[in-house]
Parts: sequence; structure tokens; C-alpha cells
Amino acid sequence: MSTLALGVSRGHVELLQFARDRTAVVFTFAFPGMLLLLFGTIFQDSYDQPGVSASHVFSASMIAYGILTTAFVTMGAGLAMDREDGTLKRLHGTPIRATSYVLGKLFLVLVLSIAEAVVLIALGALVFGMSLPDASHWLTFAWMFLLSVIACSLLGMAVSAIVKHARTAGAILNVPVVALQFISGVFIYPVTQLPSWLISVASIFPVKWMAQGFRYVFLPDGMRVNEAAGQWELGRVALVLGAWCVIGLVLCLVTFRWTRPDR
Amino acid sequence: MTAIEVRGLRKAYRGHEVVRGIDLEVARGEVFALLGPNGAGKTTTTEILEGHRRRDGGEVRVLGADPGTAGSEWRARIGIVLQDTDDAADLTVSEMVKHLAGFYPDPRPPAEVIDLVGLTPKGGSRIRTLSGGQRRRLDVALGIVGRPELLFLDEPTTGFDPQARRHFWDLIRALAAEGTTILLTTHYLEEAEALADRLAVLAAGEIVAVGTPAGLGGRASAGAKVSWRENGVLRTEQVADPTPLIRELVAADTDLSSLTVTRPTLEDTYLTLIGAHL
Repeated sequence: MSTLALGVSRGHVELLQFARDRTAVVFTFAFPGMLLLLFGTIFQDSYDQPGVSASHVFSASMIAYGILTTAFVTMGAGLAMDREDGTLKRLHGTPIRATSYVLGKLFLVLVLSIAEAVVLIALGALVFGMSLPDASHWLTFAWMFLLSVIACSLLGMAVSAIVKHARTAGAILNVPVVALQFISGVFIYPVTQLPSWLISVASIFPVKWMAQGFRYVFLPDGMRVNEAAGQWELGRVALVLGAWCVIGLVLCLVTFRWTRPDR
Repeated sequence: MTAIEVRGLRKAYRGHEVVRGIDLEVARGEVFALLGPNGAGKTTTTEILEGHRRRDGGEVRVLGADPGTAGSEWRARIGIVLQDTDDAADLTVSEMVKHLAGFYPDPRPPAEVIDLVGLTPKGGSRIRTLSGGQRRRLDVALGIVGRPELLFLDEPTTGFDPQARRHFWDLIRALAAEGTTILLTTHYLEEAEALADRLAVLAAGEIVAVGTPAGLGGRASAGAKVSWRENGVLRTEQVADPTPLIRELVAADTDLSSLTVTRPTLEDTYLTLIGAHL
């Protein structure tokens, strides 16, 4: 079979295994949705823009969180687990290539991320009455979503190289996830409440740009005044996410190992 | 034709040399066993031959290629039965065998492989529900599904009950009869004796003896120990050939009802060999 066909075959068993692991489904997949329900219900701020409430802002921003959990955490923890339970060793003794293995993981992550985004958008629209955007905004959503998923997956893979035990993978991976959300305008909005140096730090990482991009898609144009630059900065969103894809790919190529290094 | 050719293989972990200049040759179609105590370097050697581990020095050819650099086509020709894996716990037996079969150009039919290792009744069960012995049999199924020319078995029957072990031996003999070359590491001497055409004893990273199970370490020419009772006293003599002595005893009309003639067992030979290196 071709590298691509084997990648699809890997993706199929990855999905089967994920769906059969209830802990993963509940704690990885359902968690952003639960958090959105809580935040959207607790915070009732309103903004200058008519018809926009905090729950809408959370619904849009939390898509960034959803991608972080499904792509960054699932990828990083999954790779650490595969290294520990012998999956990688098993595959390395067969003709399958590393590319097919990684494609299988990306396939899993892409399916999970799409499902996660559907859940969050549906909650935003059905529970909190967020209105859905027009076709051109959806187009923007598509490229932003893809860049975000790829960047986060590759970075998750790269970070897994420093995870020694699969047990600790979740804890290690969640440190950047939670920290970046506080400083990237996901949990605390508008981000302009933060000290400017902290905003500068957040601007280095992809999460701020992901959240900002998704707010552009789902919020009225007037909400741009609440962003750090007072603009949606779509070009910069593409640039930063694209750069992180490249950085992630390079890190993966440098750090990927089939087996653990020598004792 | 040689399946495995090793010259001067060396490997150290953090400056501690665990493989110290091994030479090894395994012919095509041969069942070759590596024996040795824990820490002798069996697994390290096997992992280098499988391409799972880098070597520090020496020449290695496995099916004509260097396992350190060999690619996908080479891996399609070998089979590896892993020890201590815990992967694919949420897949069923037949899902996993089918999945791996898809990696190979000419796999055995998955149902046939599952039947061969006696897991047909468990085909639809999640792998996490298998017992230790069933899990090992699945590992064997996954190792042979690609119809390998060369099969690596690293301590394959650890934890098997005697009946399962006999069943497993039959399976290995059937594979060998088809012409599969097999490299086996084991702790069990009777296993090596039952299966191997030739074997090597490894101690402290070096090969201390190579031979057939019958002839290892000079076992064939080690002579025999003849014991009998004469007037209630136990007499024992170590001789190269017991025939003249027994003829003498018969001629002298000695009571031979308690006569025993013993040759060194493989275990005796093995313990003598590794004893000198501990």
C-alpha cells in the first residue's frame, strides 16, 4: 500500500481506539464544551455592540481552546503513549514509514478538531444564540482552522519528545495550554486588560492569533476595537500561524524517534 | 546462504560495554537460539539485528542489508515478536491482525494467522481483555502475518504454561519447516534443545560457545558417568566411552540392577559455560 493509504489505515485504527477510550472522550473531547457552558452562563458582560454578549465571545475564542486540546494535547500525549506502550516499536518493525504513522495521527486530530469545533459552534448558536457568519467568513474560518490544527499538532509532537513518561504527558502539555489561554484573550477578554509586556509575550505564540481569528469569524466587525491592535490583523494571523507550522515541522523532523534513546 | 552475519559487534550504554565483540553466522532456514543469563546482551544483540538499536562497532548484515540503515522493503521481509508490549489495547484481535497485514506486500490471510496461534475464539475480543499467554500468542501472530523470511523471537514463551509452550513449539517447527529462518532468545534450555538447529551461549557480552544442542561445549565428547552399587557401596567412574567398563562389569558378574550411565545435560554444559564467565 502507498504511504497515503497506510496513513488512512492508521487514522482508522487511531479513531477506533480514541472512540473506545471513554476517559479520552470525556476529559479531552468534552471538556472545552463543558467549560464554554460554564463561562457562557457565569459571565454576562455586554459590549458596545448590540446583540453581542460574553457568551458569544467565549464561543468564538474557545474554538482555539478546542483545537489546543484535540490537536496539541491529543497529539503530544498520544505520541508519548505510543512510545511507552510499544506501538511505535511495533510499527518500526514493520514496513510502515514514519510519514504514514504521522499522517494517521494528523487524520485523527483533524477529525477530532472538526467535531470539537462543531460542538462549540453548535453550543454557541443553540444555547447562547450566537449568529452564524456568511460564506466569506467561513472561508476565512477554513484556512485559519487548518493552519491552527497543523501548527498545534506538530508542536504537540515536538513537545512529546521531552515527555519521559506517558503518565505525566497530560500534566506537562496542559501547562502551556492553560497559561497561554489566560494571556491570549481566551479566558480574559478583552486582552487589553493585561499589561502590555504580557500581550507582547502572548503575541509570540499561536493561541492569541487563533482566538483573535475565530472572533473575527463569529463576532460583528465592530468588535475589532477590543483586540490588542484595534484591528483583526488577518494577514498577521496567517503569518504567525504559518510560521509556527514551519517551526513545528522542523522541530518534529529533528526530534522524532521511533524508539526511546539508549538507556 | 547466510541470513545473519555479524562480525565484531560492540555496544555500550553510558560507557558500560554490554556487547563485546560478537561474531555470529546464521544460515537461511536455520533455527538458531541465543542462550544466556539476564544481562548477557541477548536482547541488545537482537535489537541491533532488528534495526531497533544502533551499534557502536562491528559489521552486521541481516538478509543482505545493514539493519541500521535498511528501509521499508527490508522490514517487509523480517518479522519481530516483541516482548512486554501493551499496544492497541482497545482494538480487537482481528482488527489488529488485519491492520498489520495491510502493511505487507504478501501477507498471510489474517483469519489463518489467528487460527494458527489458537486465538480464533478471541478474534472479536478487545486486546486488553486477553490473558498474558494469549497476548504473547497475538504478538506471534503479528510477527508472522507478513510471511517473514526471518523471524525474531525474543523470549517468546515466558509465562506460558507447559501445554501452551508445547503448542507454541509445534508452531515454530511448522514455520521452520516452511523455510523461515528463526532467531530465538530464551532462558529455557529445554526450549533451545527442542527447537534449535544450532545455538550460541552468551555471557557478559561475549559468545562463549556455539554448536548444535547435542555437541555444545564439547558435550558430545564429554564422556559419561557410570554408577553402580557393589556390595552396597556406590561406585562412580567418569569415562570417555562407557562400553568397555560395562563389558568388564558384566564379565565380573557384578549386580547391575542400579546401573546408571549419564551424559552431561544441556543444562550442565550451559551452567559450566556461563559459570566460567560470572
